Amino acid sequence: MKEIVVISGKGGTGKTSITASFAVLADRDVVIADCDVDAADMHILMQPENAKSEDFYSGELAVIDQDTCTQCGKCFDVCRFNAIDVNNGIHIVDELSCEGCGYCARVCPVEAITNVPLNVGKWHIANTRFNQPFVHAKLGIGADNSGKLVAQVKNVAKNIAEEYNRPYILVDGSPGVGCPVVSSLSGAHFVILVTEPTVSGLHDLKRVYELVSKFHIKAGCIINKADLNIEKTNEILNFLKEEDIIHLANLPYDEAFTAAMTECKTIVEFDDSIIKETLVQTWENIKQIVG
Amino acid sequence: MKVAIASGKGGTGKTTLSTNLASFLSENNKVVLTDLDVEEPNSGLFLKSELIHSEDKFKMIPEWNKTDCTLCGNCQKVCNYHAVIQLGDMIMVFPELCHSCFACSELCPTNSLPMIPQKMGELKHFKSKNLDFVESRIKIGEEQAVPLIKQTLDYIDENFDDKVIKIYDAPPGTSCPVIEATKDADFVILITEPTPFGLNDVILAIDTMKELKKEFGVVINRCGIGNDDIIKYCDKHNITIIAKIPNQRAIAELYSNGELLWDKIPEVKVELEKIAKYLTAFNINAKPTL
Repeated sequence: MKEIVVISGKGGTGKTSITASFAVLADRDVVIADCDVDAADMHILMQPENAKSEDFYSGELAVIDQDTCTQCGKCFDVCRFNAIDVNNGIHIVDELSCEGCGYCARVCPVEAITNVPLNVGKWHIANTRFNQPFVHAKLGIGADNSGKLVAQVKNVAKNIAEEYNRPYILVDGSPGVGCPVVSSLSGAHFVILVTEPTVSGLHDLKRVYELVSKFHIKAGCIINKADLNIEKTNEILNFLKEEDIIHLANLPYDEAFTAAMTECKTIVEFDDSIIKETLVQTWENIKQIVG
Repeated sequence: MKVAIASGKGGTGKTTLSTNLASFLSENNKVVLTDLDVEEPNSGLFLKSELIHSEDKFKMIPEWNKTDCTLCGNCQKVCNYHAVIQLGDMIMVFPELCHSCFACSELCPTNSLPMIPQKMGELKHFKSKNLDFVESRIKIGEEQAVPLIKQTLDYIDENFDDKVIKIYDAPPGTSCPVIEATKDADFVILITEPTPFGLNDVILAIDTMKELKKEFGVVINRCGIGNDDIIKYCDKHNITIIAKIPNQRAIAELYSNGELLWDKIPEVKVELEKIAKYLTAFNINAKPTL
């Protein structure tokens, strides 16, 4: 069983549309994990029917029992996150600022503070309209611990892939280079980097690849909208050569991507154009590469 | 006045709007633009200005000093993040798990875990005429963006008074880095595109702003592609659409080369004027002058 992770550094490069296309092409060989738990979109194209949903608890939140509290202010003094507000002499916890370190509860002289487990989101197992297992999640507003929710989504996907003997797990990763991306990458067999020939596309590709190279994972790159700026596309190609990243494909700047999305379809179902042909060929190549 | 520019989905035009709005407003106002997308800061690619200051940014991490340590195990017990572990006669610290709460350090009976600064990123301050630009970038491998965002906001507060218009380019998403980046803003502009992904993610962003009790409005980018579901949604929920930036290949091409749009594409300038005019209606210090 091979885990293939699609990331981009920069948002809006076509990562999710391309991942969903590969998922369609992989048909029954794949378990899909949408690890963009912050702003997940793949369900719009795959239209999954939920089979099972579960709350996800991670970390803790301080709660002050006002009947016991003597308003001594020790909690306020030790909190490094400015999460204790004082309102008319009453100490209360600012839930968005509290990081659940538990320091306040440990110094409270009258044990007025308890730490309660924090519900940070929900994860779902579902079935796509192609009858594929699809694991996705939604992080609560302003929640921390997205890395742990990503790890949970990936673990569930892995278990399903093992149980049902599916050769591939396809992971739609999150943007940036922070903790959810680190979680997305851990345990991956191959990384697909989706970029675009713009100053920011190249800049973000370089930063996210710096992270990928720390994991020593083999990587390939798809340049989307490649004809938008030939000069920048060439710069990207040079970077790929220097870093020994496999150049998987160039896709043209084509509003058919948006047109397909507007009909809630993947581009490979929508269009019989060069884009479909290229993606079919690219998926075959990826299967060869990961073995 | 503090204006944050955010979006649920990445790649909808946060940086395009931030840089163009900041540059446009700086024609007649003092403006500071801050790139708070510390994981992938891009605003600087579009502004030609001179570096006037840079500094390393640190987070505080405990460091084990074994001389007086009695191996009592208290540090491991009080760390809710499993960042401090006792292994036999050793105390190990995992800096990437540490949230810098200081509990292990300050509750250690022998002061054997002093807090030591560790570099987490870099802040740079650029300037050209009326426009200051500040960005921070997090070190690759560093997982927590929030502390760096906080310190960057502190730098802005220390260096710019309330007569300066402050524009913040926020990170994508709806989780803690976005909350941190929009927390102090007087107004939040949510930028989206008229596609199903754009709609799905802007609804998440709208819910986040409502939860934070923030005043906000929507700007639609790439107007003309996709469908008009976003317009219907905003109408139905009484959400102001402040401006609509058209979809043009010429805009995508200028963007790809790191160029600003407002001085080259008249339709973009018109939309920025609408935003500026909208902002002048607020009763806050340092409103834009047109």
